[in-house]
Amino acid sequence: MNLRRWFLLPARAMQVLFFAVPLGIVVVLSVLTRGDYGGAEQPWSSESYRRLFDPLYGLILWRSIWIAALATALCVLLGFPLALYISRAQKYRSLLLQLVILPFWTSFLIRTYAWLFLLRDTGLVNTALLKLGVIHQPLPLLYNDGAVLLGLVYGYLPFMVLPIYAALERMDPSLAEAAADLGAKPLSIVLRVIAPLASAGVLAGSLLVFIPCLGAYLTPDLMGGGRTVMVGNLVQNQFTTARDWPFGSAVSLALMAITALMLALFLRRAPAESP
Amino acid sequence: MSKLLGWYAAFLYAFLHVPLLILIAFSFNSSRFSVWEGASFTWYRAMLNDTQMAEAAWHSVIIAVFSSLLATAIGTAAAYGMWKHKAPLLQGSLYLTLVTPEIVMGISLLALFQWIFRWMPFRLGLGTVIIAHVAFSIAYVAIVITARLRTMDPALEEAALDLGASEWAAFRRVTLPLLAPAMGAAALLALVVSFDDYVITSMVAGVDSETLPMVIYAMARRGVNPVLNAVSSVTVVFFGALILLSERVRAQ
Repeated sequence: MNLRRWFLLPARAMQVLFFAVPLGIVVVLSVLTRGDYGGAEQPWSSESYRRLFDPLYGLILWRSIWIAALATALCVLLGFPLALYISRAQKYRSLLLQLVILPFWTSFLIRTYAWLFLLRDTGLVNTALLKLGVIHQPLPLLYNDGAVLLGLVYGYLPFMVLPIYAALERMDPSLAEAAADLGAKPLSIVLRVIAPLASAGVLAGSLLVFIPCLGAYLTPDLMGGGRTVMVGNLVQNQFTTARDWPFGSAVSLALMAITALMLALFLRRAPAESP
Repeated sequence: MSKLLGWYAAFLYAFLHVPLLILIAFSFNSSRFSVWEGASFTWYRAMLNDTQMAEAAWHSVIIAVFSSLLATAIGTAAAYGMWKHKAPLLQGSLYLTLVTPEIVMGISLLALFQWIFRWMPFRLGLGTVIIAHVAFSIAYVAIVITARLRTMDPALEEAALDLGASEWAAFRRVTLPLLAPAMGAAALLALVVSFDDYVITSMVAGVDSETLPMVIYAMARRGVNPVLNAVSSVTVVFFGALILLSERVRAQ
């Protein structure tokens, strides 16, 4: 079985050199002191970790968790009925699925720009509303928390729909029929029969949405316009403008820790059922 | 109830696709503002005359092609190596790269490169971007290939071994041809992911290795510009065609 070892070697080398070692460097950076011209220097210090608990930065962490959780909840609410619709469709089911997957193949940056184009002060939405006389001044649709939430939901909704669809697809349709025969109303069938059976899909989808939303950088940067700072922007800022690599490293590790925690919780809830 | 669901689905599909369609439609607008003033190719002409953008697009193509080829080779080899025998450490680490926030991946690679550059006379440039893209694409490739290997009958290769083929010959002549379509799909995925990436690229790119997403980002930051609509439309249509083509090839 020598061949196999040779086959694994390049991937192993890449993972060690360009994943494990870089993370190790970040760990070391996080316990150093900020250098005068960027970078990091001796002496060792736990100052960066102490600053994580500074109310200013703690707030950014909590806000990020809150926004990511809200985006996840919205994706469940919006995505579940769509997944249900696709799983019930008699015709064109694969086309309907393809239409959900299609955005994956389009640049995230371009899709975000599409919303900037629509929502800015002189964008299509405001122009149309002004022309129709509904409003007299452009609405501030961009550069706030709502816009960030919209961008995140738009970007990650497909990640929610697909696992829920996969769970619904596996479901035995006669279960819902039996409930209907026994006199259950449509809404209570959905809530009490279908939803519990799709819970594994909802859980997997929630993980797939929450993790990238928590570490989001582009959406808050472009649609939040700098005022809506999330933890991803804080990290980027510390490594570029603020030139405080030790603190940026500590924030990165906090972000990784929260991600790992969510992953561990998920794996405990859904052993071996993840897609 | 089901009618309501149908309307709802139509609304959600509109939400997913209409913004991009509007973006494309307005790339043909002769006005710079969000009011339709007649069709024109003004912004496409402006895009073609933009040498900075052309250079960035060229960089993006080079990076995407090289990183996709390398990642496909490394990722396929890894998936094959993990097929019949477990390699939990490698597998866990590949999964971990998938959930690591892009920005963290970006800064950690930047920190690594800066550290290496203390001893070696290299600079940030196309090379560092390609390395970074290979690093995050391997996991995607491995997942696609692993999914294909799961549906494959191991007896085929075992038969070849029993008949006296060497391990390498059994892989090269039996398994590899069967994996070819999946490798094509994986390479395409890696190509698209590489071509689209902004967050990691912006951290590890040098001053002379700007990519197309970096130019698009800088323009989008400055405000809305119809040239951006034109570039976006070209990108979307190009990749749409590429994916349709690959579906066709696979269907045959």
